[in-house]
Amino acid sequence: MTQSSENTRKRNERYDKYVKAVTPQSSVWRSLWRAFFVGGLTCILAQGFADLYRWVFPSWTADMVGNLTSVTVISLAILLTGLGIFDKIAKVGGAGSFLPITGFANAMASASMEFKSEGLIFGTSAKMFSVVGPVIVNGVVWSTVAGLIHFVIGFFM
Amino acid sequence: MSIWQTVLTYLIVFAVGGALCLGAELLIVKTKLTPARILVIFLLFGVLLETVGVYKYIFQIAQAGISVPIVGFGASLARGAIEGVKDYGILGAFAGGLMRTAFGVGAAVAASYLVTLIFSPKSK
Repeated sequence: MTQSSENTRKRNERYDKYVKAVTPQSSVWRSLWRAFFVGGLTCILAQGFADLYRWVFPSWTADMVGNLTSVTVISLAILLTGLGIFDKIAKVGGAGSFLPITGFANAMASASMEFKSEGLIFGTSAKMFSVVGPVIVNGVVWSTVAGLIHFVIGFFM
Repeated sequence: MSIWQTVLTYLIVFAVGGALCLGAELLIVKTKLTPARILVIFLLFGVLLETVGVYKYIFQIAQAGISVPIVGFGASLARGAIEGVKDYGILGAFAGGLMRTAFGVGAAVAASYLVTLIFSPKSK
């Protein structure tokens, strides 16, 4: 009995060693570097639009420049999703392509397109938030909590 | 603003935005967390940064590097709710976040719908 469990333990150890040996280590580093690069480039692109809009519309508030920048990069990402180009970027970028706001837009557009065959109401309209729903729900709930905390703090300040 | 300041700003934007994405990729590789969970974690991190009031200082330095990753979306929601409370009282907490982020979300909904009408998904 103890003999067989000892054998099992040894076999598991050998197997773990084998798995470690065959799992490619370099691919981890490469995926990290690619996420860093794609994510960084996305932010640079947005910064470029923001600087451009600040220069073109000097009278605009910082908030409005930010809004126009968001709308620009979101629309661009959705257009690239429609053209099938964003998928190629996402394959390289990994987290670098889904963490920025462009990834959020891509998740909406690709869900919306994927379920087009089920109709515009029950497919597209119903499934558009199937991926980003958790982000919207948690964002609204916890930002409301943040607002309420500041409401309470406001009483004592 | 001198050219070197601009170059430095863009380097910081690249480094901070890249580092956040690298962190998310690390979670993908080293844990069993799904992208949706990671998005929510980074979103809540942004809500937290704004709630305690440090987000604006980070944004002054990192700019698009912090605002473009989903962290910025969370911070924007929280900023909206906090300002909503100042403008409309307690009800503002419920509306403020959505009001402030409505530009991006509205554009995303409309553009997604439009793109769906124009393009069909490629069969894999």
